[in-house]
Amino acid sequence: MRSPLSRVRGLGSAKEGVEHWWVLRVTAVALVPLVIWYVISLLTLVGAGRDAVLEWLGSPFPAIASVLLIVATFHHAQLGAQVVIEDYVHTPWLKTTLLLINKFAAAVLGATAIFAVLKVAFG
Amino acid sequence: MALSILHRVTGLALFIGTLLWVWWLIAAAVGDDAFASAQWFLGSWLGQILLLGWTWALFFHLANGIRHLFWDIGKGYEIPTINATGWAVVAFSVAMTAFVWVAGYVVWLG
Repeated sequence: MRSPLSRVRGLGSAKEGVEHWWVLRVTAVALVPLVIWYVISLLTLVGAGRDAVLEWLGSPFPAIASVLLIVATFHHAQLGAQVVIEDYVHTPWLKTTLLLINKFAAAVLGATAIFAVLKVAFG
Repeated sequence: MALSILHRVTGLALFIGTLLWVWWLIAAAVGDDAFASAQWFLGSWLGQILLLGWTWALFFHLANGIRHLFWDIGKGYEIPTINATGWAVVAFSVAMTAFVWVAGYVVWLG
């Protein structure tokens, strides 16, 4: 049984709500076109020198799309990894530690990647 | 069943593999020497084996993820459909990996 208020707030018996489930899907949908575009772009840059990479990554569309790809990738990755950790790790201290490492790693990698793109874009 | 666990394994592998992606991006931003080191590693045998595995994991996770999205909207749940789309995902991931690597070598050597 769920109260009307908890239904509105998306809270089922798990008390977690559907936010996590939903955002994992939203980022998944966003990643489909972004990943296809990125793979095609990288294919044209195989073996290219740094100049060609900088010229590509520094252009407005590739820079903006790359930042969107980075945000969607690491948000999706940490949400997905969280599900795996919660499903398989049942030792409380280890579970908490892995969940923290997961969040921090995604944040650090994402911030570093975005910094790299912005540095290239703004020279 | 097997594909379900593979979805999680490839997802985790892709997450770990983003280390190479971030390294490549930051190397491009930092300078010529750093970029040359990253390019050298990615072009080495070890780098190429990691990239090959990453490519397959990417296409598998992408295709199987789309399969999951269809399940989420209630489509494709019949057993024959599940089996057929499962094999299609495997075939797609292998074919796309082969295509991307052949195309990559054509660009690299051409």
